[in-house]
Amino acid sequence: MSAEAPLIRARGLVKRFGALTAVDGVDFDVAKGEAFGFLGPNGAGKSSTMRMIGCVSPRSGGELTVLGLDPERDGPRIRSRLGVVPQQDTLDTELTVRENVVIYGRYFGLSRRDLQERARRLLEFVQLDERANDRVEPLSGGMKRRLTIARALVNDPDLLLLDEPTTGLDPQARHALWDRLFRLKQQGVTLVLTTHYMDEAEQLCDRLVIMDRGRIAEEGSPAELIRRLSTREVVELRFAEETPAVDAAVFNGLVARVEVLPDRILLYTDDGDALVPGAHERLHPQSVLVRRSTLEDVFLRLTGRTLVD
Amino acid sequence: MPYAFRAYEYWLASYRRVWRGSVVTTALNPVLYLSALGIGLGRLVNRGPGLGVPYLDYVAPGILASTAMLIGAFESAYPVMSAIRWTRQFHAMLATPLRIRDTIAGHQLYVASRVGIASGLYLVVIAAFGAVHSWLAVFDFPVGILVGLAFAAPVTAMAAWLERDEGFNALFRFGVTPMFLFSGTFFPISRLPPVIRAIAWATPTWHGVDLLRHLTLGTAALWPSLGHVAYLVAWVVVGLRLAQRTFTNRLVQ
Repeated sequence: MSAEAPLIRARGLVKRFGALTAVDGVDFDVAKGEAFGFLGPNGAGKSSTMRMIGCVSPRSGGELTVLGLDPERDGPRIRSRLGVVPQQDTLDTELTVRENVVIYGRYFGLSRRDLQERARRLLEFVQLDERANDRVEPLSGGMKRRLTIARALVNDPDLLLLDEPTTGLDPQARHALWDRLFRLKQQGVTLVLTTHYMDEAEQLCDRLVIMDRGRIAEEGSPAELIRRLSTREVVELRFAEETPAVDAAVFNGLVARVEVLPDRILLYTDDGDALVPGAHERLHPQSVLVRRSTLEDVFLRLTGRTLVD
Repeated sequence: MPYAFRAYEYWLASYRRVWRGSVVTTALNPVLYLSALGIGLGRLVNRGPGLGVPYLDYVAPGILASTAMLIGAFESAYPVMSAIRWTRQFHAMLATPLRIRDTIAGHQLYVASRVGIASGLYLVVIAAFGAVHSWLAVFDFPVGILVGLAFAAPVTAMAAWLERDEGFNALFRFGVTPMFLFSGTFFPISRLPPVIRAIAWATPTWHGVDLLRHLTLGTAALWPSLGHVAYLVAWVVVGLRLAQRTFTNRLVQ
């Protein structure tokens, strides 16, 4: 972590909704220029954490500073320097693409003249310049998300918060969006995002925390987490009928760990190809796939559950 | 620029799409009402024991009050629920420096503008029909806005509190429509049975109708008029406080 004060600092941060504790004492720092992710299944407390950082939802306990300020006291001042891409779109679909950016910019007190230029530049950045005068309604989900990102950048934010930015988008639209976010990262914009897609976390995050049931289970870079908490490769076995029981010991030390899931068996190993003949011989699977470990495997190891059901 | 005006601009941008049709309707309505009720029905009513003034002059300020009520209630029902649930524009505002009270105030400013336009147009039409008796009628304009807000504020609170928009059906069916018909707009509430008269007396509509009628006919006395104003202001204040609470529960968890 850099010597500079972190942009976000949380210690023992708690969020309760009545009897439910959504965020149960989390600690984390986000440094300037970093792309930081919260990875976890639905209900892990990611969005609640984001809403506290965004100064929309008051914290129930613990410490939180954003841009060196207290969200409780300085909400408007902090929010004036944030860009927020919420989980659900908040666009007015009856207004045009440009109007949505301009109106949003007015909330920040920017002048109309200034906003004409900003809207032009931002819509070009998210490749919506040709749709500037069209109503938002008929745009695709991916376009609406890109518009939301353009809008979130209207105040040149110090910190961009993205809550599940690509949920519900088709693969092409997701890649288009990742590309834009990657460019922002290169320009030095600090990104904080939540996701339940491990590929998204691996693509975008310099550093991430894995959240489960309101707590932080692990923290590190994607590569580091995989190295530390999984093996290099995974052999996935699928079966025509019932999945058999397996003991790691039968593979003579080649297999570090076995996960038996309802639809498949995962064998964690450092050399997948070496394992394939033995696996065929002993278990008679219908299909065998050798792949590299992902954050999904890390998550499975930490929680015993898959990330996306 | 105060934050509330930033939120107000959103509603203006949203209104700009429909303003032409809206202004034409707003100007045409009083002409239709005053022709049908004031002149048409009035010809029959004026043959009766009488209200002291021609029926046209009697009913015109009542319709102004009812219109202010309808606009205030309607513009705070579906549009507010939409900005919470469908366009989610209130959520967008709250991600910027704007606070809950700014989102409420911005919308109230918009409703005040809509009611203001309607009151102004009505006043011109009423004058054209020769139903204005006094210079006091210039106060119809701010009082019309006040009547609109006496409905806008509590309905805004309700819109944030409701789980589904079906609740508005009940509001209009059992609240707004009876108030439109029985709060002294078309006939004096003294003709109502005592219990219903008491209910009518408690509605902000009746206070608006009575005040606007006396202003337009030039019979307004100072203290009763201030009493009406105070009662209407109380509805605005209580409505806004409730709205602050229901908005907070709905938008900031």
